[in-house]
Amino acid sequence: MVISSTVTHPDEQRQSITCTFASRYMRDPVPKFKLPESSIPKDAAYQIINDELMLDGKPRLNLASFVTTWMEPECDKLIMDSLNKNYVDMDEYPVTTELQNRCVNIIAHLFHAPIGEEETAVGVGTVGSSEAIMLAGLAFKRKWQTKRKAEGKPYDKPNIVTGANVQVCWEKFARYFEVELKEVKLTEDYYVMDPLKAVEMVDENTICVAAILGSTLTGEFEDVKLLNELLTIKNKETGWDTPIHVDAASGGFVAPFLYPDLEWDFRLPWVKSINVSGHKYGLVYPGIGWVVWRNKDDLPDDLVFHINYLGSDQPTFTLNFSKGSSQIIAQYYQFIRLGFEGYKNVMENCLENTRVLKEGIEKTGRFKIVSKDIGVPLVAFSLKDSSQHTVFEIADHLRKYGWIVPAYTMPADAQHIAVLRVVIREDFSCSLAERLVSDIVKVVNHLDTLPSALSSKSAHVAVIASETSKEVKKDITETQAEIARYWKKLVDGKRVGAC
Amino acid sequence: MVLSKTSSESDVSVHSTFASRYVRTSLPRFKMPEESIPKEAAYQIINDELMLDGNPRLNLASFVTTWMEPECDKLIMASINKNYVDMDEYPVTTELQNRCVNMIAHLFNAPLEENEAAVGVGTVGSSEAIMLAGLAFKRKWQNKRKQEGKPFDKPNIVTGANVQVCWEKFARYFEVELKEVKLSEGYYVMDPKKAVDLVDENTICVAAILGSTLNGEFEDVKTLNDLLVEKNKETGWDTPIHVDAASGGFIAPFIYPELVWDFRLPLVKSINVSGHKYGLVYAGIGWAVWRSKEDLPEELIFHINYLGADQPTFTLNFSKGSSQVIAQYYQLIRLGYEGYKNVMENCRDNMIVLKEGLEKMGRFNIVSKEDGVPLVAFTLKDHTNFDEFQISDLLRRFGWIVPAYSMPPDAQHITVLRVVIREDFSRTLAERLVADVEKVLHELDTLAARIRLISSTSNVTISEEVVKNNGQVVATKKSALETQREITAVWKKFVLERKKLNDKMNGVC
Repeated sequence: MVISSTVTHPDEQRQSITCTFASRYMRDPVPKFKLPESSIPKDAAYQIINDELMLDGKPRLNLASFVTTWMEPECDKLIMDSLNKNYVDMDEYPVTTELQNRCVNIIAHLFHAPIGEEETAVGVGTVGSSEAIMLAGLAFKRKWQTKRKAEGKPYDKPNIVTGANVQVCWEKFARYFEVELKEVKLTEDYYVMDPLKAVEMVDENTICVAAILGSTLTGEFEDVKLLNELLTIKNKETGWDTPIHVDAASGGFVAPFLYPDLEWDFRLPWVKSINVSGHKYGLVYPGIGWVVWRNKDDLPDDLVFHINYLGSDQPTFTLNFSKGSSQIIAQYYQFIRLGFEGYKNVMENCLENTRVLKEGIEKTGRFKIVSKDIGVPLVAFSLKDSSQHTVFEIADHLRKYGWIVPAYTMPADAQHIAVLRVVIREDFSCSLAERLVSDIVKVVNHLDTLPSALSSKSAHVAVIASETSKEVKKDITETQAEIARYWKKLVDGKRVGAC
Repeated sequence: MVLSKTSSESDVSVHSTFASRYVRTSLPRFKMPEESIPKEAAYQIINDELMLDGNPRLNLASFVTTWMEPECDKLIMASINKNYVDMDEYPVTTELQNRCVNMIAHLFNAPLEENEAAVGVGTVGSSEAIMLAGLAFKRKWQNKRKQEGKPFDKPNIVTGANVQVCWEKFARYFEVELKEVKLSEGYYVMDPKKAVDLVDENTICVAAILGSTLNGEFEDVKTLNDLLVEKNKETGWDTPIHVDAASGGFIAPFIYPELVWDFRLPLVKSINVSGHKYGLVYAGIGWAVWRSKEDLPEELIFHINYLGADQPTFTLNFSKGSSQVIAQYYQLIRLGYEGYKNVMENCRDNMIVLKEGLEKMGRFNIVSKEDGVPLVAFTLKDHTNFDEFQISDLLRRFGWIVPAYSMPPDAQHITVLRVVIREDFSRTLAERLVADVEKVLHELDTLAARIRLISSTSNVTISEEVVKNNGQVVATKKSALETQREITAVWKKFVLERKKLNDKMNGVC
């Protein structure tokens, strides 16, 4: 609580009754580089920030993101109440700590971890799948190093095998923890990791093979079962015991409910750890992920810090220390509120709305659907004909209607393919899907009336060049090349990092 | 929105939550329940269990903020569904982060031009910030060694043994050796001279703490800088300094502005500060700032192209909430320099009230200094009858959570109680705490006297009890000495167990 100085100046006195928008605070420039000298009233501070934030995109219309944008008001209430609880104070907040443990157990069982009836699962809550993946990768790296040291072999060049479609956090892991990333390149129409090629790339320095359940770009599930079978054969030959990690960031809360017969989790013996984002289809606001290990042996003990609280051992293995407790409580709320049937209903709704959107887009006849039916509920589509206009222009024009639909280029070796991607979240209803379809149709029709950005420019320059050969030094091919370079730069520059 | 089945059960819509069957069934702990339950029931069940958590505002163990103004709470709730990393979709939020970084960089006197953007990033806390800073140092050092054609496989970092656990994490996870300067009784921070002695060619940086976790002291960064400048001149190793200002970064500039500890010292290359400590924001925000672009190796940065401009990012976490970044900006413009100064001065005054109150009892030694983070660390003068862990336990009965810790090596025999003075710890609460500590001492004194009494009376009764049954002793035959020994053994076991508990837990901040 700030001790305000006793108000004596008449101007200051008027301050307290002046409406915010009548006050001088609305006239002063907002501080951007330096801490302002004086305080301002809380109403003014609130208003200034609130008003600027109006210019941010609307989270619920952000169709680029998998991350949850709506929760029930009861849950919001629980979140508010726990905003001031520092999760890491396990001693002081034993119930919150226990809720985390319960969530880990629930998720481990959901993924068929081979644990006994009353045995506790090995896992931890994180800030997101990035942290979860780094922890899992760290565990693999340490285990592999220990094994190599015991065998007396060099352990300075660890690598990890993944598809080129991995989310950027795998590249981060590789770069920050000094592990080489061996990527299986994609090809046109095959936008996930090919298990055969992946297993071929495995060598003695491979710490693990990472498969994705729910590829960021097309929502596809990689064939983990096949990967497991091929790897079993290779491991028998080589004796390297290369394990699998499943990045189920999106798919982990989709597959168990919609595709329970799909074998991708701990039912496959080589899968040693799985990560899932609580804030994607776990249906919690951003800031919560989970990583689960098959059993204690898959998590080297020297990475674990042991905190003794309430007389029992609470092992912790996280990168972050202090953080809020709200999302963990929210995740537990969702688990008990929805239960298996609730999650199943939500996913089935998403699937149904995906179908509605997909069929609507197909019916326009202008697009090719790149995403598969089985996978994370999203629709990725490319233009059949990109000569006049690109998907980037469509994305730009859709913003006019309020929709944020991102356009991406595929990673190597399919960089020439660009797609638009709409993620169907829990809060994307059928009426919104129908509205989006009609807006896409409007945009496409509007673009048809516009001249192509490429052809018009070159035509224009051709006219000038033929008239004034002195001023304009560029010829048509150079201009076209420049324009193509500009678009390419724009296209290349878009990092496929958003999820 | 969940498509609920039309419910024919009368329970759902008519009955009040506590009349429904949901409060009769046991909550699932290991497996996901098969069925959904109404949202009111879910809310109530969880809310009620959470009542048994400690009260955050009475948690005197933590530096982390536990109260913010309602206007800020409103901003937080409104942005809770914004994923911070979607920079393209939320450009204003991204800009607010950049503004905070700039303000903090300027607060730390980063050598920037008028409109030059500062190099820094918002993180989830100081742990992430420290890992990023450490990673930058490690990579820079490796690049330098590669160029010199020297081995780069054994990096180390020099710190005091009083470092917070996140430095140990950094060392363990990023394969850097931790060279710790041991503490000694009466000197609980890193000695700059000993630190500089430990520096060798494999040292990636020396980490100084502004606001030691255990007693709130500021380490002497200036002396460290001066000594390191000399050593660097001799060796040519250019060993840099990182200042872990997790707690102190938002204190020193306001109440000790003449203290030189930040970028004014040439060897300080990066600083981290916790927004959620004296930055006065809820848990979940920290900041890392670098002196200049050169101190952050380009290869660690991921470039995201958004709105046509380059947005460099260097974080470990990806998706996370935006609320705390917005809350930090709120605090920076709401309070301004004068506001933060007022808050810190209040904390300092209340700290002195508590300190003097404790001193007046005559039973404690104050271990913390007055200059530093506003906290009071104190030990018992006399440990014969009870120790600090017992005081901590009994204080819980009054609602206070006051932790007891043992110092790191080489001062493990010293145990302290530590009370952190946060923004929301008013003078009335300070006076109440003092009164409650007195009550606790009184109770423990009485208990100790009673034990002595019991052991001396049992001397009389037990010698009369000799029960034998065919040579077998049925009733226990204890002498007074044995009873006393047994009692002491129980207390000793209790104390040691608590010691073990707290030894490993030296990570709480």
